[in-house]
Amino acid sequence: MRRIQCRAITETVASLFRDACIYLPPDVIASLKRAARLEKSPLGRETIKSILRNIAMAKDHLLPICQDTGTAVVFLEIGQDTHIIGGNLTEAINRGVKKGYAEGYLRKSIVHRPFSARKNTGDNTPAVIHSEIVPGDGLRIYVLPKGGGAENCSRLTVMPPFLGHEGIVEYVINLVDECGSNACPPLILGIGIGGTTEQTMLLAKKALLRKTGSHNTDTEIKKLEQKILAGINMLGIGPMGYGGSVTALAVHIEAFPAHIASMPVAVNMQCWCSRHREAVL
Amino acid sequence: MKIRHIVLPISDKDIKSLKCGDSVLLTGSMLTARDASHQRITEALTAGKDLPFDLDGQTIYYTGPTPARPGHIVGSAGPTTSSRMDKYTPLLLEHGMKCMIGKGRRSVTVKKKMLKSRAVYLAAVGGAGALLSRSIKKIEPVAYPELGAEAVFRLKVEDFPAVVINDIYGGDLYVSGQAAHRKA
Repeated sequence: MRRIQCRAITETVASLFRDACIYLPPDVIASLKRAARLEKSPLGRETIKSILRNIAMAKDHLLPICQDTGTAVVFLEIGQDTHIIGGNLTEAINRGVKKGYAEGYLRKSIVHRPFSARKNTGDNTPAVIHSEIVPGDGLRIYVLPKGGGAENCSRLTVMPPFLGHEGIVEYVINLVDECGSNACPPLILGIGIGGTTEQTMLLAKKALLRKTGSHNTDTEIKKLEQKILAGINMLGIGPMGYGGSVTALAVHIEAFPAHIASMPVAVNMQCWCSRHREAVL
Repeated sequence: MKIRHIVLPISDKDIKSLKCGDSVLLTGSMLTARDASHQRITEALTAGKDLPFDLDGQTIYYTGPTPARPGHIVGSAGPTTSSRMDKYTPLLLEHGMKCMIGKGRRSVTVKKKMLKSRAVYLAAVGGAGALLSRSIKKIEPVAYPELGAEAVFRLKVEDFPAVVINDIYGGDLYVSGQAAHRKA
């Protein structure tokens, strides 16, 4: 049995958020560089170049890439032979969020009573934590600071099963057509299909942790990802919605079996600033 | 690509000259405001109270910057989604606001009101908070400090890059730009 100290979890979460908001994963940068080559509109190309300059500047000056340093989303994969000691796991993570957001000069964007007073909690807590028990004896922590603009364009629906591929393709493309320009394109779409309503949105969010442009190992799902991506890039929305040929960088689908009566589909919208980072303890 | 230099506060002559799709570099003074401060402004104006700043001829940038590191003027300061301000915008236009900077589409009501008020809407690159902050040379609190990042600040900017979305002739880059590249 492995023992993991809460103190170590706090420190890890703090540094993951600090770094995630300043350094974009290399696969996201590579995908943006490719988009700069593919984009047909001059203003669109110029916009992606500004985005790339911004990424370099954030790194050079230790500034957050985007001022919306997001909701602190944390995914935990807890080995079943792990014993977490020295405190409470949830509190350890929230202490890490508080520390990371303070030390990293990140924006605190979380408000209490979102339906009325909307008073800022002051330290970007509480984190949104999803845990999964997995075989083994370690702890894997993923952080995903999720900006509000793109999250606001996320959607969930439960389709009648007979709609199949076509229904899914149409739903996702219509959604991007409706609000894609508000979500800071070029976009990355996390899509969940199957499970129950809460499960499918979780699949969609987890799909954002994949390497940008990587495909699902299931060939049918891979084709569906390619079809949706091609359809979105026909819309003409382009970088930042100014018009252009690159509206999305990637579509990532994760699937799960579903009830005989249901086909839940969730889209978790991600702006180009796809920040996530992981560590293993 | 041709880039226009515009001095703030924006003149009527410059407003007339701007067309949707134009790239501009802004130099001068602007105010920041986002959701919570728009609500405060609206409450004050509706109650007939004076604002601690002048809206006449004003440029408002929808942003809530990150805190500045020691030795820095400001943290990252990119635009937030403008549509959330749509509900409050017509009243601000009635009080003389001439230019807005944000990102994303505006409502039909706001666009109509902008035409009537001869005001323009510009976009800055969303997410480019680090890049845009380099154009901010000075920041000072103006109102509602208790709102933190949502407070109203006055910014002095130099060569702040933006793109004209809605001009005073009914042009809308989110419509024309997309139409030009749409294949389906």
